[in-house]
Amino acid sequence: MSETPVAAPDPVPAAADAVAAGPGQRGDSPGPATPRGRLTGAVLIQAITQGSSAVITILAIFLALVVGGVLIVFSDPVVTRAWSSLFTHPGYALGQTWDAVSFAYTQMFEGAILNPSTVSAALHGGSVAAIFYPLSSTCAQATPLILTGLSVAIAFRAGLFNIGAAGQWVGGAVVATWLGFGVSLPPVIHVIVCLIGAFVGGGVIGWFVGLLKARTGAHEVIVTIMLNYVMYDLLSYLLSHQGMLQKPKQTNQIAPFIASNANLPHVGGPPPQVGIGFLIAVAAALGVAWLLSRTTTGFEFRTVGASPSAARTGGINVERSWVLVMLLAGGLAGLSAATVIQGTNTQLTFNSYGTYGPDGITVALLGRAKPIGVVLAGLLFGALHVGGTYVEAATLGQVPANIVQVLEGLIVLFVAAPALIRATFRLRATAGTGMEAVAKGWNA
Amino acid sequence: MTAVVAAVRRPLIANRALVAPVTFVVLGLIDICLFGTAALVHKGDAAFLLSAGSGVKIPAIRVAAAPACFALGAISVGLGVLRGTTELGRAARRLTVAAVLLCFVLSLLCWADAGHIALNVIIIAQGTFAASIPLILGALAGCLCERAGVINIAIEGQLLFGAFTAAIVASAFGGLWVGLVAGSLAGGLVGTLLAVFAISFLMDQIILGVVLNVLALGMTDYLYDRLMSQNSNYNTGVTFSTIKIPGLSQIPIIGPIFFDSTVFLYITYVAVIAIQVAMFHSRWGLRVRAVGEHPTAADTVGINVLWIRYRNVILGGLLAGIGGAYLTIGSVGSFIPSISSGFGYIALAALIFGRWTPLGALTAALLFGFCEEMALVLPTVNPVLPAPIMHMAPYVATIIAVAGLVGKVRAPKADGQPYVKA
Repeated sequence: MSETPVAAPDPVPAAADAVAAGPGQRGDSPGPATPRGRLTGAVLIQAITQGSSAVITILAIFLALVVGGVLIVFSDPVVTRAWSSLFTHPGYALGQTWDAVSFAYTQMFEGAILNPSTVSAALHGGSVAAIFYPLSSTCAQATPLILTGLSVAIAFRAGLFNIGAAGQWVGGAVVATWLGFGVSLPPVIHVIVCLIGAFVGGGVIGWFVGLLKARTGAHEVIVTIMLNYVMYDLLSYLLSHQGMLQKPKQTNQIAPFIASNANLPHVGGPPPQVGIGFLIAVAAALGVAWLLSRTTTGFEFRTVGASPSAARTGGINVERSWVLVMLLAGGLAGLSAATVIQGTNTQLTFNSYGTYGPDGITVALLGRAKPIGVVLAGLLFGALHVGGTYVEAATLGQVPANIVQVLEGLIVLFVAAPALIRATFRLRATAGTGMEAVAKGWNA
Repeated sequence: MTAVVAAVRRPLIANRALVAPVTFVVLGLIDICLFGTAALVHKGDAAFLLSAGSGVKIPAIRVAAAPACFALGAISVGLGVLRGTTELGRAARRLTVAAVLLCFVLSLLCWADAGHIALNVIIIAQGTFAASIPLILGALAGCLCERAGVINIAIEGQLLFGAFTAAIVASAFGGLWVGLVAGSLAGGLVGTLLAVFAISFLMDQIILGVVLNVLALGMTDYLYDRLMSQNSNYNTGVTFSTIKIPGLSQIPIIGPIFFDSTVFLYITYVAVIAIQVAMFHSRWGLRVRAVGEHPTAADTVGINVLWIRYRNVILGGLLAGIGGAYLTIGSVGSFIPSISSGFGYIALAALIFGRWTPLGALTAALLFGFCEEMALVLPTVNPVLPAPIMHMAPYVATIIAVAGLVGKVRAPKADGQPYVKA
């Protein structure tokens, strides 16, 4: 991967090079492109100095945390006062800065991953389960992000930019909710019916986008953005009319609770537990990975993504691939809705869709549109969300939870602009970002 | 590739001559069958007020709703037949589209208002402009960028950051004009980021735009929490007052709609006209379009491609920042998180709907603004009409437009492709 020579700076030839190198080489197969027999250490050093995608990602996260630290400093009155006396007491200012930033990030870590105090408590006869509580919240938060991330990622691989995960999410949520409270079925079957319904509900929205693209050439970015708003309005309509999805005797935009038979069960005991939703998300990631790397359809998707004209010359039905990949993308976004409605919320409100759609884009970008990368990125963002809420509580609102949003944006900005990271850390050479397949303009 | 795309599109193109007439007839039939018969059931007159506030009083227009709907529908059907049977010139074709849309809107209003309280046309028109200003300025920002070959999805972020900065600066320094300039500069800052990453770091522009929007949302949410929600002195809700243009604002009907507004409307007039003229009738515009269509050719004749792109993207940001400032200090005053609520994306749609021309974008933005206004007004007049469905209209219209039924849209050829000197 790091050997890919990209002498031509023009991205179109760069994408063509990537095709020539074969889609399978771009990280699907674990085999590195480096010559055999090289020492592991040398490979590692080369990866670091040339900036392999993993190194770039780590540096991007580091850089984002640094910029986030500046924000934390800026918003802390104690620290800003300390800075005003920088020249008389430089040590004090720097110390305060370090304290504020390290406290915020430590709190984030403790809230999202591991709190040492629970470990020591467990050693002294406390609850062992409490150690895993932060991790279980992280998994719960990560679940819908992984699924919308997969939705965006699979479309990326076929060269389409799915901004419409939010709208597809709503489509899935509406169907899952309706099946959840509108019909009564035995326990396990109800869960499965709702999941399938959500997949279909989201899939139909995605399919429509793919169909318009295939038949009329309508650009998927515009259509998905517009469909997002259409779906929000549709949701607002459905939730504010009795006899549609609104809870009886309610004036708020809120749907009835779904039947308990339709709730996704948990694995494990009380609070530290893993929802079935998380397992569904991981299974979906494995399924997408299998589809992309081991099936003809997946090969067609990747070929279409690398170059539609080359794919067409090679006898691949490009239009069919577009429609199919958007159907799958929509379905995955719909599944994301199911894990929220059937898992954590058990009730659809107008605000349920949250930021799962836009977050899916950032997760897919950070995961470089590879299923396993998406799972890792989803976990990272899930951890950031949990940590953000925790740090806000721990600092009494001094560091608001939405600093996480800034961190996410910065991470993806840096990941998507490897040239900047290379310039900052003086790395050599250039390798692809893994994002070359995305459409480059409205006429594409 | 193009051959196959053409093959896929061929059935539509063959029928495209029929699309407009059929649409006209269908809209006319909706006027007659849906609105007309529904208005018959209501048995009431529709009343339209033509004056607001002080000034010259003009008597309200009262029409019998059902016959009016029938007449308007008949006109639409007639125009559809005319369009289908005779060859019309370009201007005439556009006139027929405008006329049919107008008939549709009027019969919709007649039906909605039949037997209800009178609608004030002046206030609806003012509301349409109020809803359109950020869309127009955002679409113009997009026009400046995309004509030079840089896709601008970050309009949303530029509006949002402009809105935030304008509110906080105007509140903290007590100067509305300072706030306006600061809002514009904030939009320009987002534009500069867009330019640096897109032009110098060759980042994918669609991804970049989305990321900048996420960043602007996160930053404004964060700063709102840290600064505004704790200290109301930073978010006082000051707004520009209206400026009446002497003389012109006294004209009945036209005056209150066009010449009695805040400075933002006048800035919008100037921006639309200036960019339309500059883009299509000046050497500056020729160079910009050359850079957007064929940067290599432009470079060959000595045009500095990167400089033109930088300049246009930053200019666009400054303009979108003004649109953002309008959202706070031009209308509601105080900033609330995610106040831009998708206006940037609608502006993008208006730009594409308007085929990357300032006048087209203006028309599309006004249409979208009208739908927004209708979504606000109609439910208060006639509770049968659900606001969300009205609110959906511009988005559905855009999907229909980009799906090629209204006409094929074609972006500047090099739009979205970074340029690297060979």
